[in-house]
Amino acid sequence: MKDKLLKGALALLFGVALHTNALAKDTLTLGMTLEPPALDPTAGAAAAIDEVLYANVFEGLTRIDAEGQVQAGLAEKWSVSEDGLRWVFTLRPGVKFHDGSSFDAADVVFSLDRARGPDSKNAQKGLFEAISVVKAVDPQTVEITLSRPEGAFAWNLGWGDAVMVAPETAASNATKPVGTGPFRFDSRVEGQSITLMRNAQYWGKPVALSKVVFRFIADPAAQVAALKAGDLDAFPSIGAYESVADFANSSDFKVVVGTTEGETLLVPNQRKAPWSDPRVRQALTHAIDRKGLVTAVSEGYGTPIGSHFAPHSPAYVDLTGLYAYDPDKAKELLAAAGVAPGTKAVMKLPPPAYARRGGEVIAAYLAQVGIEVEIVPVEWGQWLSDVFKGAHDFDLTIVSHTEPLDIGIYARKDYYFGYESTAFDAVMDEIKRTADPARRNALYGQAQDILAKDAANVFLYQLPKLGVWKKGLEGLWANSPIQANDLTQAHWVQ
Amino acid sequence: MAGFLVRRLGGLLFALLVLSVIVFLTLEFLPGDVAQILLGTEVRDDTLAALRTAFGLDRPAWDRYLGWIAGFATGDLGTSRIYGVPVAKLIVDRVAVSLPLAGMAFLIAVLLAFPLGLLAASRRGRAGDYAVMGFSQLGLALPNFWLGLLLILSFAIALPWARAGGFPGWGNGVGAALGALVLPAVTLALGEAAILARVLRTALLETLGEDYIRTARAKGLSPRAVLFGHALRNGMMPVLTILGLQLGYLVAGAVVVESVFTLPGLGQLLVQSIFQRDFAVTKSVVMLFASFVVAVNTLVDIAYHLVDPRAGRG
Repeated sequence: MKDKLLKGALALLFGVALHTNALAKDTLTLGMTLEPPALDPTAGAAAAIDEVLYANVFEGLTRIDAEGQVQAGLAEKWSVSEDGLRWVFTLRPGVKFHDGSSFDAADVVFSLDRARGPDSKNAQKGLFEAISVVKAVDPQTVEITLSRPEGAFAWNLGWGDAVMVAPETAASNATKPVGTGPFRFDSRVEGQSITLMRNAQYWGKPVALSKVVFRFIADPAAQVAALKAGDLDAFPSIGAYESVADFANSSDFKVVVGTTEGETLLVPNQRKAPWSDPRVRQALTHAIDRKGLVTAVSEGYGTPIGSHFAPHSPAYVDLTGLYAYDPDKAKELLAAAGVAPGTKAVMKLPPPAYARRGGEVIAAYLAQVGIEVEIVPVEWGQWLSDVFKGAHDFDLTIVSHTEPLDIGIYARKDYYFGYESTAFDAVMDEIKRTADPARRNALYGQAQDILAKDAANVFLYQLPKLGVWKKGLEGLWANSPIQANDLTQAHWVQ
Repeated sequence: MAGFLVRRLGGLLFALLVLSVIVFLTLEFLPGDVAQILLGTEVRDDTLAALRTAFGLDRPAWDRYLGWIAGFATGDLGTSRIYGVPVAKLIVDRVAVSLPLAGMAFLIAVLLAFPLGLLAASRRGRAGDYAVMGFSQLGLALPNFWLGLLLILSFAIALPWARAGGFPGWGNGVGAALGALVLPAVTLALGEAAILARVLRTALLETLGEDYIRTARAKGLSPRAVLFGHALRNGMMPVLTILGLQLGYLVAGAVVVESVFTLPGLGQLLVQSIFQRDFAVTKSVVMLFASFVVAVNTLVDIAYHLVDPRAGRG
């Protein structure tokens, strides 16, 4: 009796906190490290926006599935003309936005013109560059004319930056997102959580979950605590790598290790000597043991890469053996290039752990071959203005490029790498004009080969996705082929 | 007293005005661009320009400054560039977490520190004194993020009594909201109580050495009456100063504890706004903190007067 009284008193004291975990089995509380800023995926680059809203609240003409393949979305089917310039999309009938207005070809024209127009705030305007005219042929049919062939056009339209929005609500999507997806936006507490509810008027198969709460927890120790205490059901991409072994042994949780599209690179500034010399960049690659780096920095999770491509992709070519770990070879090459032992290099590191921790390990590897690295930690704002733009004031930096199939950045003029190759540009141009998947894969292979041989960057490893969630929860993506937490298949198994 | 207050108020407003200019200019010269941060690395230059114009960032500095200052009168502090919601709303939401947290921590610290400080002073040189000083050392030495995690491990994971961080909001029941603030408040309070107990002990010991205390004892007053009736009242000045400083710190400086307990407080808002270059938020939050600290200082001054009417007039 006294025990009951004590418990009752403590319950009053700590509020409604006794963890009976009586969550109905159709709700899900998901943890994420970073919080999205404004909630319009067509006006912001943050991955977190898509990780909350893509496929859940917003949909595009096509969608990317768990394997990174293009599937039908709001367009049931599509066809392209012989010359690759005219695409015709047939839209699904009976689709409504969350505010009740219906979705038809006029909304497609609005969305695409808004994304590519002069006042657009779209972070990936390049996806729409090839479009010259978008026309509504009838309410269920849209014809898009391109100025040049774009082999990946259907895939481009599956990106979060290309989702369909309604003219009535587009301006307020930043705070009250209105899409066509199986979940409606319900509420947000800035700095804390976002709640989605099941959309009863969804055009497709109803989702199993009636309510989803995303909670944003930046501190890795707090992430682990929230999972263990039962405050969260899942953490699809946990930041505390060291805790994963503990969760793997637990009887309540399962660990699902997957891949992402994040190529982690050591970037030498090719605008500056000695990094402009390919032998020096080769030497850097020989100097670093990728497997050792992965063990030291991310508990062994993460696949080494030899070029700028994701290992899980069908077009991937394994080039890790090209300039394998060989410190003596590295010293030889540096000597041949005239880099004296004791040469200093300034390494600017952005906030993520892969950069800060990775930087220390890499500095040690480079010291072994005679390069003295000075580590300068910077936060993102500074990294963007000092390293990425402006004077490109750095010798080395470590960063992970997480957009899918972004090998094309090496063809950019004036990109922060400072890399230029006419051979590579030619291959990229040809890919744009090619629609046949087999031929595209072969061309991607050539592109990877050129980058690896040139040591365009020091390619380190692919960022892993470490997911921890409760046993009994099925349907969450293991991999991250695009930045998303697609919850359409998520359900609890009884 | 009225003249004193009016003069003080005038001085404070002038100080706040000067501060607003300093804050504004500092943020102007900070490198980094909120549009670039929002739109990432693949964005086209014309898109960046369009967003900067939409944010009003191409207006001249003096125009933006005056617009901001005028906004204080109307309550329109601008819109957060990152979240897209009015700054005033963000601040109000965060104050609803930070102020109760600071209040609870303050209360717990005082309730802990006063008995302990009094105990130490009255049992000087004996076991009680050493015990309190030992506790004070521990409280000062323990980092509060570590202590916070320890409390979470004990009371949220090992024992299912509290939640492991997060704030459910006042709309879902006052009990739940207060419950979520208990562990963070205790974490903050322990460090503050350690300092407060020490200061109180020192202040009391100094006072207890005064002549009038000897007189009071000679009169036949019990040690307890001497302690509470005379020593405490006279020794309060340094304690009041520390209390004022601590209250300011609890509201503005709890950012680490907010991070460990995932509380959407003012500290987190300020730090995030700086990292994301959301200066519309930064400026107003800094001014809020400054105003709060200034207000607390004024209250402390008034309290001096009440405790000791001899304390410097005007």
